[in-house]
Amino acid sequence: MTVFWILAPIMTIAALGILFVRKAVHAALLLAVVMISLAVLYAALDAPFLFAVQIIVYTGAILMLFLFVLMLVGVDASDSVVETIRGQRLLAIVGGLALGLVLVIGLGQISMGTAVGLDDANAGGNIQALANILFSRYVFAFETTSALLITAAVGAMVLAHRERLTPKPRQPELAAQRVRDYAEKGTHLGPLPAPGVYARHNAVDTPALLPDGSPAPDSVSRVLAARGVIRSAPEQADHIEAVQRSLEGHREEESL
Amino acid sequence: MSVTPYIVLSAILFTIGCVGVLTRRNAIVVFMCVELMLNASNLALVAFARQHGDLDGQIAAFFVMVVAAAEVVVGLAIIMTIFRTRRSASVDDASLLKY
Amino acid sequence: MYALSEGAIPVVDPTAADGVFSLLWLVIALPLAGAAILLIGGRYTDKWGHYLATLLPIGSFVISLVLFISLLGREDGDRQVSQHLYDWIQVGHLDVGADLLYDPLSSLFLLLITGVGSLIHVYSIGYMAHDPRRRRFFGYLNLFVAAMLTLVLAENYLGLFLGWEGVGLASYLLIGFWQHKPSAAAAAKKAFVINRVGDIGMSLAIMLFFITFGSTSFTVISHAAGGATDTTMTILGLLLLLGACGKSAQFPLQAWLLDAMEGPTPVSALIHAATMVTAGVYLIVRSNFVFDLAPHAQTAVVVVAVITLLYGAIIGCAKDDIKKVLAGSTMSQIGYMMLAAGLGPAGYAFAIFHLLTHGFFKANMFLGAGSVMHGMNDDVDMRHYGGLRKLMPVTFLTFTMGYLAIIGFPGFSGFWSKDKIIETALADNWIVGLCALLGAGITGFYMTRLMLMTFFTEKRWEKGVHPHESPSVMTVPLMVLAALSLLGGLFLLNDFIQEFLAPVVGAVPHEDPPIPALGVTLLAVVVVAVGVAAAWFLIGKRDVPRTAPQDVSFVTRAGREELYGNQVNDVLVVNPSRRLTTGILAVDKYAVDGTLTGGPVAIGAVAMVARRVQNGYVRSYALSLLVGGLIVVLALLAVNLA
Repeated sequence: MTVFWILAPIMTIAALGILFVRKAVHAALLLAVVMISLAVLYAALDAPFLFAVQIIVYTGAILMLFLFVLMLVGVDASDSVVETIRGQRLLAIVGGLALGLVLVIGLGQISMGTAVGLDDANAGGNIQALANILFSRYVFAFETTSALLITAAVGAMVLAHRERLTPKPRQPELAAQRVRDYAEKGTHLGPLPAPGVYARHNAVDTPALLPDGSPAPDSVSRVLAARGVIRSAPEQADHIEAVQRSLEGHREEESL
Repeated sequence: MSVTPYIVLSAILFTIGCVGVLTRRNAIVVFMCVELMLNASNLALVAFARQHGDLDGQIAAFFVMVVAAAEVVVGLAIIMTIFRTRRSASVDDASLLKY
Repeated sequence: MYALSEGAIPVVDPTAADGVFSLLWLVIALPLAGAAILLIGGRYTDKWGHYLATLLPIGSFVISLVLFISLLGREDGDRQVSQHLYDWIQVGHLDVGADLLYDPLSSLFLLLITGVGSLIHVYSIGYMAHDPRRRRFFGYLNLFVAAMLTLVLAENYLGLFLGWEGVGLASYLLIGFWQHKPSAAAAAKKAFVINRVGDIGMSLAIMLFFITFGSTSFTVISHAAGGATDTTMTILGLLLLLGACGKSAQFPLQAWLLDAMEGPTPVSALIHAATMVTAGVYLIVRSNFVFDLAPHAQTAVVVVAVITLLYGAIIGCAKDDIKKVLAGSTMSQIGYMMLAAGLGPAGYAFAIFHLLTHGFFKANMFLGAGSVMHGMNDDVDMRHYGGLRKLMPVTFLTFTMGYLAIIGFPGFSGFWSKDKIIETALADNWIVGLCALLGAGITGFYMTRLMLMTFFTEKRWEKGVHPHESPSVMTVPLMVLAALSLLGGLFLLNDFIQEFLAPVVGAVPHEDPPIPALGVTLLAVVVVAVGVAAAWFLIGKRDVPRTAPQDVSFVTRAGREELYGNQVNDVLVVNPSRRLTTGILAVDKYAVDGTLTGGPVAIGAVAMVARRVQNGYVRSYALSLLVGGLIVVLALLAVNLA
């Protein structure tokens, strides 16, 4: 019973924590605490097989599935604490307390006497004894669970499957779509204009100049624009004499 | 050794799971609370098996686990599908089937 | 002389038809066939239909004439002939045959209906020449004649009722013939509805006949009439009187007659002279075996007749519409006939006599009025007439014949018939007699007024009106009718009509009048002369204003409003029924419909509130699941712990 009295408060607090933590991941971890504790309690209750199954199936498989889905949905997503249904939270708490009180008080009224214990039943080993019952008396139910599991697996696949409704567009279709967009919406058909290239530096951050002298915005990457590192072409133009000079100096050096 | 404390613990866990189902809105957490309730009942089954010296309770708990596993697979798939179309895992958002 | 003791009520005891009398059914069948051909044949008969429709009543007239002569050739006691056509209705004790009865009374009616009817048909060829729906009009006319012939030839009350309703239907169709005019449509509806009131009396009477005597046959009832109680006979008489009032436009069911002038003028002539309105008189004379045993009912007939007689005359004085004056005069003259019919065996013969002469001169005048209207672009206001005698000589002369007949100018047909009625009335009750005399005076006044305003005095024509004489197809019938108006008195020669009708209505009792007959005649002539002179001085000597003056005495105003008959009907019947209908409608809408729809609406309202429970939140549903489970657990605990 020592194990029980140690684990029971831990399990209760962990379970209550599920009610109050805002992040689903924390709830999942608290649930893992409860489940592992439960496995220990199973062991204490002379159910070693269930102890193993609890850890493998519940804590290992099911809880991992929960976490997997949580990752897919978004691990950051936290619940809003504002209750949207009027009276729901109050009624839920009142109803829950009433249920708990009724159950606890009702159980307190019953004296169950000393437990028979499973020493006799588990005489030949717990797993062997379970197997005896499972494959004799419960064999039909056991076989039916296979159908249930298959159905669940197929159902999960069907639910997760996304049907492609249109054929995948290929290069001819994409080209045709581009030309159609140009005809209907005036989208630029060809490659984007190259940025202005000056020999002084790596000038993909300088827009090309259109014939009227204005910069062509499409000629620089949007990422650069977002970072605010675009240089103005006319500004560069102010330095043209220095450039020419350096070019001439370079030529003179050559001629010399 | 009496199993009454186990049964009482089972009742408390069940009630907590119950309130969780009623108050939490994240579908996954709600689902976890459902699992908590199932586990609580499993605890009661195992405890009673010991009380009566009969392994049928453990068999029942075993079946509950199997069913729970299947349920989780399908339920999470449904939650995934809903999330995929609505970008939300709140059980309150799926409330169009009403008056 | 018919071997019937004085005062005894004659019974109907016909012999089976043989020889020429077996043609009796043809009299009805001919116009009926005409109606069927014209109305079913559709526009294929447009070209020649009206000639066929005119020939068929003439054929009926010829047969009637032959039958009449054959009847004259028989013994007095052998002048009732019946023809069994087929078994009409045989249900339980009700056994009604389609039987015809031909006796002196029907024979005279047959001649009048087919004769005057044929003339009106001929006249209509001219009058309706340009109407696009002429074929239909002639079809209706034939239907009307056939229905009226059925009415007077039927051997039982049910057959009579068939004709009675047929006449009602045909009159409805004809009064509303120009249905594009709302007033005509309304007038037709009004005539129909008021006739229905009378028909209720008629149908109740038929039911009572069947209950009391187990039959509706004249033969059976006249034999068994003596065995019924006085109360039954009085009720029967009053019910028949109600029926007669509706059909003959007697007070208080007189209101439809003046509005019925909305129909084409030949229709007015047919309704007012030869057929419809005389049906009531026929009914009372035919039912003499009832009325002779019901003195109270007879008194009621006389009272109604006297009221109507003066009522119609007063209306006739005030109206400016030429047809409405004639309509008022018709009411008044029918009142005379009803008066005579109400006086019992002493008056039956004279009622029929006056009916015949009236049929002649009134048809003559209506057709004459139609001729005048024809020349005046269908204007009916006499204030727009004047001085027409030069331009319409034939119409004027024939109309004068009718005029002289109706006012009772000595020698003319009306003189003889009306004189006899006044004489009989005076002998019966001096108040009634004086009223009849007064009526004669007023008749002289308003008819003279009509003559003066139409044919004499200065011209007051509307612009663009060019009065002209009507074509000969219209004037020839006028001439024939004018001759009949002049000569109709010949029926009285050698007491022919009294003795001829005696087998049907009983012999005229010989009483010594309080005033010698010649004195009464002289008195009547003087009273009429006073009326005529009054008209001469009040209208002939003065200028007739083109619009009706408004500053007139109360009596004139009341007369123009038809003595407020319509207003009384509105207040007593129309408005209460309208309110009743509105009320019933409201009850139906709010109480009945409200109850029926209220339940669903209430349930729906509750559901509208209750459905809020279905809020779509799965957590709410889970909560109710929890609460439900809790309740179950608590209940189990309570049961187990108790």
